[in-house]
Amino acid sequence: MNLRRDVFQAIADPTRRAILLLVASQALTAGAIASNFDTARPTVSKHLQILTECELLEQKQTGREIYYYINAKKMKQVADFIEPFRNMWDDRFNTLEAIMKAYTAKK
Amino acid sequence: MERKTKVNAEDGKQDIMITREFDLPIELLFKAHAEPELIEQWMGTKVLKLESKKHGSWQFETTSPKGNIVVQMGGVIHEFIPNQKITRTFEMANTPFGVQLEITKFEKLTDDTSKVSMHVIYESVAQRDEVLKLPFAQGINYAHNRLQDFMNKLK
Repeated sequence: MNLRRDVFQAIADPTRRAILLLVASQALTAGAIASNFDTARPTVSKHLQILTECELLEQKQTGREIYYYINAKKMKQVADFIEPFRNMWDDRFNTLEAIMKAYTAKK
Repeated sequence: MERKTKVNAEDGKQDIMITREFDLPIELLFKAHAEPELIEQWMGTKVLKLESKKHGSWQFETTSPKGNIVVQMGGVIHEFIPNQKITRTFEMANTPFGVQLEITKFEKLTDDTSKVSMHVIYESVAQRDEVLKLPFAQGINYAHNRLQDFMNKLK
């Protein structure tokens, strides 16, 4: 059975985060990516497969080579997942500050 | 002066840290966390029960503008040290998110400024990420409305 890939599990792995950083600056082939790691080539291929499955990486054929590109839209979605939560607390705390300032003014 | 709320959530960890500095003396910051009528105003929730003491328990409820109950939450208070620390558990009723432990520390910066740090520990990494991904829009709008109502009353 093929488990659905979770994007947050994908970026929890340090090698996969390193791959994303590498590809972020330029599109690379699987071979070029693997040459940056001591890890065995099949292991790197597995990481690339996971990153592609959860759409953090995209493959594009150029001539005989397949290049890996970063999917900026998906990456932004991951980076932003904490932002609504942070905004909620920021709103609450802004309200708290306003209320307590008014509270001192009333005294 | 605008002060920003920071949320630190590291990959693959089952906890988060929320910190914020306030233009308020520590006594007022703490009071806002201890008194039901003040919590209702800034959290945008109805306080059904709040025993601000060691071994006390608490229960809040959020309702939609139409008056329907959106979520009930509650837990117990493990530690309550005025102007220093509140330790409590937090659980949303009828949800699969389990229980979380919240350690809230209060810190005096100057006579007129203070800081709060909330350390929230979830049952698992997966549970933390699920909770962080919950849709918050409704709660946010509600808090805005409460603030607006409050400011209007002051005019």
